Amino acid sequence: MIKILVRGDDFDAGAEITNLSALGGGAVASFIGQVRGDGELEALELEHYPAMTEKALRKIAEKADEQWALHGVTIIHRIGRLKVGEQIVLACTCSDHRQAAIESCSFIMDQLKTVAPFWKKEIKKDGSESWVEERQSDIDAAKSWND
Amino acid sequence: MTCQINIVYFSWVKERLGRDQELIVYPAGVETIDDLVGHLKGTDSIYQHVFSDLKKLRFALDQDFVGLEAPLGNSEELAIFPPVTGG
Repeated sequence: MIKILVRGDDFDAGAEITNLSALGGGAVASFIGQVRGDGELEALELEHYPAMTEKALRKIAEKADEQWALHGVTIIHRIGRLKVGEQIVLACTCSDHRQAAIESCSFIMDQLKTVAPFWKKEIKKDGSESWVEERQSDIDAAKSWND
Repeated sequence: MTCQINIVYFSWVKERLGRDQELIVYPAGVETIDDLVGHLKGTDSIYQHVFSDLKKLRFALDQDFVGLEAPLGNSEELAIFPPVTGG
């Protein structure tokens, strides 16, 4: 079962994990990304490409499901203005075994950072704004799954 | 013969062009994204400015990632944006 949600509203990670756990299997892994405060940051503005986002996330989930034979995948990604400390993304996988659950969850996050059409803008406390640039470490992490 | 395609822009590409989408009619001979970007650069200096470094841009045709060399074919929507930064 694949569940994809893209929305402004916050999510209840506990409830999502519980729902996925109910599908059975011996292992559930999850990752929550949240807005990191560095002292200067007020909020992030998350933009996306609505016509493409869900399709791209579903493709990532399907790839993970094929590779690790999962009972279920949940990916939730928020959009809009998110303050420091707020949740941005949830990736959760359910499988028979620990390694499959953890690896597939990690795979989903690495892919998401390079092929899901989201863009982050940083809004600083002094009012200045700047678009976040891609990081080579994210590109390398996504590629490493092909090796 | 002329063709047309809807182009959508995101992130700083959208901000610098001052628009989020536009319908572009292009002439015969324009077959790939590279051709289309070249055509646009010839029509207005703002495209020369925003599309000056193509290595900083990514492209999707009908919501699938493609390279600059991809043929436009019968695609309805081209998206031009910087590398994604979600997650």
